[in-house]
Amino acid sequence: MKSRVLGFVALLAVIAAAIFGLFVVPADLHQGDAQRVMYVHVGSAWLGELSFGLAALAGLGYLWRRDLRFDALAHSAVEVGVLFTAFAIWGGMMWGRPVWGVFWQWEDPRLATTALLLALGIGYLLLRRLSDDPTRRASRAAVVGLIAALDIPIIHFSVIWWRGLHQGPTFIDPAKSLKAAVPMLFVAALLFMLTAFTLTWAWLLIRRYQLARLETRIEEEVRLSRINAARAAATAPGGAVEEPAG
Amino acid sequence: MSELRRGLAVAIAIARKDATSELRGRQAAGSTLFFAAIVLLLFGFALGPNAQRLAEAAPGLLWLAIVFGGLLTMARLHQLEAEDGALEQLALYPVDRRAIYAGKALAGAAAMLVLGGLLVPVVAILYTIPLGSAWLPLLAAVVLGAIGFAAVGTAYAGLTVRMRAREVMLPLLMLPIVAPLLLAAVKVTVTALGGDPLGEQGAWLQLLAGFDVIMLVVGAGTYGFLLEE
Repeated sequence: MKSRVLGFVALLAVIAAAIFGLFVVPADLHQGDAQRVMYVHVGSAWLGELSFGLAALAGLGYLWRRDLRFDALAHSAVEVGVLFTAFAIWGGMMWGRPVWGVFWQWEDPRLATTALLLALGIGYLLLRRLSDDPTRRASRAAVVGLIAALDIPIIHFSVIWWRGLHQGPTFIDPAKSLKAAVPMLFVAALLFMLTAFTLTWAWLLIRRYQLARLETRIEEEVRLSRINAARAAATAPGGAVEEPAG
Repeated sequence: MSELRRGLAVAIAIARKDATSELRGRQAAGSTLFFAAIVLLLFGFALGPNAQRLAEAAPGLLWLAIVFGGLLTMARLHQLEAEDGALEQLALYPVDRRAIYAGKALAGAAAMLVLGGLLVPVVAILYTIPLGSAWLPLLAAVVLGAIGFAAVGTAYAGLTVRMRAREVMLPLLMLPIVAPLLLAAVKVTVTALGGDPLGEQGAWLQLLAGFDVIMLVVGAGTYGFLLEE
């Protein structure tokens, strides 16, 4: 019930922030309307990274406590994280085409890092789909999430160095330029959308967690009923003998 | 102290067992090397016949061949255990799980070292690369790369060995993880062969070493959870 209120508030916030970002704030002098992509792009990239960090912590919690609720939280965080990361990459490409002239820019270290982050997240979700036993799946997923979370800073540093170890940034950093010389109205639009996206993120995460808990319960019920059926068949007179092999 | 020594003895025993079965099995290890050599040959077809272009791409191609061959190597080292339930037996031994991880990783690193060591001359011959004085940084890159790849590969092969679709899942999970290793190893190779005007080689070697340490620690810490299944 409470999450429904949160969802409603998040929806209103996104609509209001979109109206603010599209119609109240003027277009950027150099980048034009393309700059407005930044309002949704920055927030989704941050929330994507936050999700993977949360998933790693939840995985650690599972390995420590062996409580499937941690696993459900980790699973939900990665799923929401993949969504936001994919959205961030898509938004970045929509911005990059008019501003940089290309969809994909190898010079930008964050693009390569985010792409690998997305690959790690999708791998995590595939791993879960291919594991049937709940506790086995949980410990596998926790290890993968942990290794991925430790790898991300290494990826980040290596990609930054890769661009040129002793060379300053060759392009204008959008986040920095926003902070430096951009009118307050632009910053307000960015923060407004960031808040709206964070509310949406929290709502999605909570709903996904509730769903994951339900899935766990169904899995347990099915397993129990299977065990009970097998037991009933074994104790029934002649049941064990008539059971076909395999 | 004696516990550490005991763990070390377990690790070495496991690594020796793997090495013995590799050497006596023969065909598997040899075919992995042959596979990697064919990959290098096909890279030549894909980018050739311009000799200069091949020479420029050689460091990247070398490490891609090592990564592809390494994926097969890592999978095979755990496949041997999974057959006939040997991995379950190994998990039942009353020894530290970290020692088992260390043993498997040691065997993996040795196999990767052989693979890398044999592929470097193949690349030098196929793409006409004069190795000359570059051998020392190259050796460092191959050693550190082998350790890092085995550190990740042992954990992930242990994780996927009993899974459906493991042939796809191992590369799918591992390739994004080893991306920084590939990047750093290629950079060391490029600077070793083509000169290092910016003096960046040391930093890349440090990054490789840092990757190795982090992955060994997390692998040793988590491998026990994967064996428990």
